[in-house]
Amino acid sequence: MTTRILFDEKNRCLVMLEGEIDHHNASQIRMKVDLAIDTHCPAELYLDFSGVSFMDSSGIGLVMGRYRILREYGAKLFVTNCKGSIRKVMQLSGMSRLAEFVDGNFEGQFERTNKEGVKNEEVQSVK
Amino acid sequence: MKKSRVLNELKAEFPSLSENEALARLLVSGFISQLNPMVDELSDVKTAVSEAVTNCIVHAYRNTVGKVRMLVRIYDGSEVYIRITDTGCGIENLDKAMEPLFTSSPDEDRAGLGFTVMESFMDTLSVRSALGKGTTVTMRKKLRSRVQKDYNAG
Repeated sequence: MTTRILFDEKNRCLVMLEGEIDHHNASQIRMKVDLAIDTHCPAELYLDFSGVSFMDSSGIGLVMGRYRILREYGAKLFVTNCKGSIRKVMQLSGMSRLAEFVDGNFEGQFERTNKEGVKNEEVQSVK
Repeated sequence: MKKSRVLNELKAEFPSLSENEALARLLVSGFISQLNPMVDELSDVKTAVSEAVTNCIVHAYRNTVGKVRMLVRIYDGSEVYIRITDTGCGIENLDKAMEPLFTSSPDEDRAGLGFTVMESFMDTLSVRSALGKGTTVTMRKKLRSRVQKDYNAG
């Protein structure tokens, strides 16, 4: 599983989540995302679920935990491209009161700015 | 009313390792695929099973490894029955544990939604627990299968 983390010139950070998010995988994803937050203190964090094929409430824990960290220093959380059963789990949690839910091709947006020389990281996670 | 018949049954037992969360989902989705479930029904069942098995790993056998037993049955009329049993620490206050957003381990990014998800994604949920003895979670869901499979034929 690969978690791609991209940045743009406005100090926004996009995390392209991939595969299945359960209790087993969540801790590794959390470490990668928290490292990016600690290092760059993004003004806005986008968690993108377009590549996620399964998610249980561990994914909610992941989103809530990041929300708490961002709130501490006044950054904003966006949850993007949740479909089907992932959307259903999100709705149950009431996350929409904490984060903004938006859809769109954020990867494309961030990749365009990447070409203009903004540093991006590709983090390969251990299986 | 006639009691519904068991048409098929799967029993599995595995250690409470987090790697087995995906295995449990795979087993249950493979087994119930014979009912030709809709995509959303399959995700619902997988999600509920994932929650129940995660509870065994995170709570019942906290800091230890124990056995998780899973029983899946298919009843007449496309009904799926799932029972997940552990012999771990048990739940002290079941009412509290079943409250949405309640978690005994908030520092670990647990959302406290396990039982809420099981309850919402399945038709019925029942939980029996005894301190020091373990917990049994039983869930049922009737699938609105596209084609009724005739088990009497052949």
